[in-house]
Amino acid sequence: MSVIETRDLTYTYPGVTKPSIEEVSVTINKGDFVILTGPSGCGKTTLCRCFNGLIPHFYNGDLEGKIEVAGLNVVDHQIHQIARHVGLVFQNPENQLFALSVEKDVAFGLENFAMPRDEMRKRVDWALQMAGISELSERPPHELSGGQQQRVAIASVLAMQPDIMVLDEPTSFLDPVGAEKIFEVINELNKKLGITIILVEHRLDLAAKYANHVIVMNKGKIALTGSPREIFTSEEARLIGVGIPKATKLYQHLKKHGIRLKAVPVTTEETADLLREILKND
Amino acid sequence: MIEVKDLYYTYPTGLEALKGISLTVNDGEFLAVMGQNGAGKTTLVKHFNGLLKPTKGEILVDGVSTRDVSVAQLARNVGFVFQNPDHQLFSETVEEEIVFALRNFGFEKAVIEKQVDWALNLLDVTQYRKTSPFMLSGGERKRVALASILAWDPQVIILDEPTIGQDHQQKEKLQQFILQLNAQKKTVIVVTHDVEFVAECSPRVILMSQGKIVVDGTAKKILTNPKVLAQASIVPPQITQIFLELADLGLPTDVIDVHEATKILLNRLRKRS
Repeated sequence: MSVIETRDLTYTYPGVTKPSIEEVSVTINKGDFVILTGPSGCGKTTLCRCFNGLIPHFYNGDLEGKIEVAGLNVVDHQIHQIARHVGLVFQNPENQLFALSVEKDVAFGLENFAMPRDEMRKRVDWALQMAGISELSERPPHELSGGQQQRVAIASVLAMQPDIMVLDEPTSFLDPVGAEKIFEVINELNKKLGITIILVEHRLDLAAKYANHVIVMNKGKIALTGSPREIFTSEEARLIGVGIPKATKLYQHLKKHGIRLKAVPVTTEETADLLREILKND
Repeated sequence: MIEVKDLYYTYPTGLEALKGISLTVNDGEFLAVMGQNGAGKTTLVKHFNGLLKPTKGEILVDGVSTRDVSVAQLARNVGFVFQNPDHQLFSETVEEEIVFALRNFGFEKAVIEKQVDWALNLLDVTQYRKTSPFMLSGGERKRVALASILAWDPQVIILDEPTIGQDHQQKEKLQQFILQLNAQKKTVIVVTHDVEFVAECSPRVILMSQGKIVVDGTAKKILTNPKVLAQASIVPPQITQIFLELADLGLPTDVIDVHEATKILLNRLRKRS
């Protein structure tokens, strides 16, 4: 069942003539874990803004084509209606955080839904815990490090328990272990709670193993879609400049020299297993 | 040359961010500062251009204590590119952004024009000359921030997380570009979490944890030591992970580069057959 469906979606920001996305048609199914990638400036963030109604309701501009999210026609529904279904974690956490304490920031969305106090308390604690920042609840967000702020931004969206979470490079400021933890959290939300995930990411080496679907954009258009394995071995993806994980790259280098592994690895574990096999049999 | 002597720094909030750092960065050196979030990396490098002054200890830039000179004076020699470009950008157009500092340093008009063209072209943002920086994507804004620093040609260039928000191609370009700066004898200091980036550039690495330097050495030595990396919340590069897993087959474990990895595997397979 599709939860996001766009048909020939074209959008132009106010004051410019060139559309930022052009004739974008994508279908995202319930429970998908999608990685949205492509060169910087290709329209990824713009497309994400369409998914939660910031476009066209906040940014105005000119939107053509069709877009339906969680069964709602985005153009005919207001942001707060769409926000019940779609949570957006911004690229830059400072654009999202504003309250005087972490806890208040995380509670803000729930307050707007007029949720009873006890339930709100529970939700906030749960979200803080999931994001691994329970101990920061009293701290002012602007005093936190970039990585900690990213976790707060994730917790505040998580608290709303949306059907769909759109995360725009949510781990860019995090150290690798911190990033891995966030990906694990996102993965758990996806696998256990069935939340549909749309992750904008360049660091495919870390994120690829969680995704079942990759969408590559280039110059405002959809360039490629497929499974991580299909995308990472596609010549076109390489030409567009998609960052192929080093594990897959090693496979490609070996293949060039006439050594074929049995399958295309995406993770280091898979690569090590495949190598072990040929090194032993040899 | 930058000399850090037993540096301590405590933020006004009471947070003790640096606890006794000693370090020398020579002219023309390429140094990566790695470590977990909150380890004190940014706090350390902010001392190099005088944005922060030591609570205790001392920083000498070319023999002069940073306590004795203003940030403006230091900036001529030490350029700092922030982690978040929005902390740096403020002008109405990309061009204005780059012109601003050049004008403040008192360059002549003709020189300013030349330097602006050069920097825009170098960072591949010429097409945005008349655009507001805030209309650009995160990755593009980052490049504008970098262009505005490089335009006045400082000897030391500090980049705080330069690869964040950069797509793969831009990252490769940036990498070439940083290596090129370094080849021209610029001192380059990069604060980064990006192990693959460090594996490919292979600079000197210091690893920080909780306000201290845990280890100082070559990229190859540090990135292939999972124990010290774990202390700093860093995961080894993918290639190293693969070779660590295959250690029982007698393969070397100090491999960080995909080309080197390919060569080792080919040799091994050919020898056997």
